[in-house]
Amino acid sequence: MNESALKQRSGWKNLRENIMHGVFFVCALASILAVALICVFLFANGLPAMKEIGFLNFLSGTTWRPGNDIYGILPMIVGSIYITAGAIVIGVPIGLLTAIFMAFYCPKRIYGILKPCTELLAGIPSIVYGFFGMVVIAPVVLDVAKACGANISSGATILSASILLGIMILPTIIGVSEAALRAVPNSYYEGAVAMGATHERAVFSVMLPAAKSGVLAGIVLGIGRAIGETMAVIMVAGNQPRLTASLLDGIRTMTANIVIEMGYATGLHREALIATGVVLFVFILLINLCFSVLKRRKDA
Amino acid sequence: MTSEATKTTGTAAANAKAQPKKMYGRTKARVQKGLVYAAAVITFAVLLFLIAYILINGIPHLKPSLFEWTYNSDNVSMMPAIITTVEMTLLALVIAVPLGLFTAIYLNEYAKRGNKLVNVIRITTETLSGIPSIVYGLFGMLFFVTQLHWGYSLLAGGMTLAIMILPLIMRTAEEALMAVPDTFREGSFGLGAGRLRTVFRIVLPSAMPGILSGIILAIGRIVGETAALIFTAGTMAQIPGLLQSGRTLAIHMYVLSGEGLHMNEAYATAVVLLAVVLLMNALSALVAKKLTKK
Repeated sequence: MNESALKQRSGWKNLRENIMHGVFFVCALASILAVALICVFLFANGLPAMKEIGFLNFLSGTTWRPGNDIYGILPMIVGSIYITAGAIVIGVPIGLLTAIFMAFYCPKRIYGILKPCTELLAGIPSIVYGFFGMVVIAPVVLDVAKACGANISSGATILSASILLGIMILPTIIGVSEAALRAVPNSYYEGAVAMGATHERAVFSVMLPAAKSGVLAGIVLGIGRAIGETMAVIMVAGNQPRLTASLLDGIRTMTANIVIEMGYATGLHREALIATGVVLFVFILLINLCFSVLKRRKDA
Repeated sequence: MTSEATKTTGTAAANAKAQPKKMYGRTKARVQKGLVYAAAVITFAVLLFLIAYILINGIPHLKPSLFEWTYNSDNVSMMPAIITTVEMTLLALVIAVPLGLFTAIYLNEYAKRGNKLVNVIRITTETLSGIPSIVYGLFGMLFFVTQLHWGYSLLAGGMTLAIMILPLIMRTAEEALMAVPDTFREGSFGLGAGRLRTVFRIVLPSAMPGILSGIILAIGRIVGETAALIFTAGTMAQIPGLLQSGRTLAIHMYVLSGEGLHMNEAYATAVVLLAVVLLMNALSALVAKKLTKK
């Protein structure tokens, strides 16, 4: 091969390298573009409605009556927080203890079966969970409540939604907590046992505190999942936009509000629903921020 | 970290001293152990019960008539929904896989360490993976359906889903690329291959199982997605063209169970959905196993 042909070939090669480098670079910008677009479109479509309704009226108004142009989403915010808190109360203890089981108690042979099971739990579509909640959990809650003398006519309640969401956040909590527990150096455990601690004491008094921030990160991630869950909640929460203190009343979450009314909403009503989405989005961004702070602290 | 741990063990020891008898400690340990086992039993019993319940109630309703080509109010066939689901999955993957994979290649093979842009990309990806599907749905409705005038369509739904699964594809691809030993790259460079050739001939083939298992997980998410599709792809029960509305299996199930007239068919749809998810999880685990074996 003569010299000029060789040069030309390496020129082509360089060009190809550079072009593909550029292509990879542009693709890498896609996620930035996506986040920017999502922010711009949500805020641009939601903020005007908030302004028109009045920022405070919108956030702290207790009545949601689109027919009369009254848009207060406080019941929905409280609903989301209520149900999420319920899910945490139910899901965190079970999830955390299961994570401890997976990390410190589970025989290796069984682990090979159970680990894929937790992944399966994460993979089941929320619509199937919701359906399960509708045909199993809600009727059971109704029967039990009636047997206890409560006067309710439907099982679609805060309690049912909390139980269902508690189940749905299990895989998140188990996965993150187990990883955090496994990341604690084994020498901690050995040290504790060498000093005469039982297996239980070593796990609960040494390993668990050492994995604290990882476990917290898992819980925060679970909160994010629960507050953003939509379809499952719609099917079991009853969806009445009201403020209530009873666990056996139905309630509506922000996510449910959007899906239920978006289909037929127009004008200000539609914009108010988008604004509901904006409020939800801000909640999620704050939760994400907490999560990454906790995660950084764990890594450091 | 260490000081924190010793501090907590210190307080634990103090607690132990405060406890009156040794028996109490043993009871406590027993209770803790019991709780751990109970929680594990609850978790997996719930999973088993859910799957068994859906299968037992759904399989008897899986009739051949549910797989006829057309949907009408007498026979709520799920065949159009199945085909829509396949179309939607392919569309979302065609967009998201190259984007996610190329991003992972850029982050792992090209970008220099400490690059500011890399940090920004990581933060945005993390943000994306935390956004709930209903927010994606809202964005898709505002941008693809309204702003770009695509209407409720397969394309709008597919694009929305593509953005939704992007972080998943990216993260799994990046992990797979990171797991390829640097000696592979050095060997390739040493033999005179350029960076591009190294990436496509050496790094990608060895990272393939990891990338594939990520893609399979993404398929599972697409098949199960509802909230992001209702206001982007719509709920029409037909086999859609690119700019026509169509309902995927998950939406089909939502509509059926919402109407309350076709609960048996909803059960049957749930069985199909569960079967797909089980299959995808098994496939993904199988592929991932292949990766670790090497």
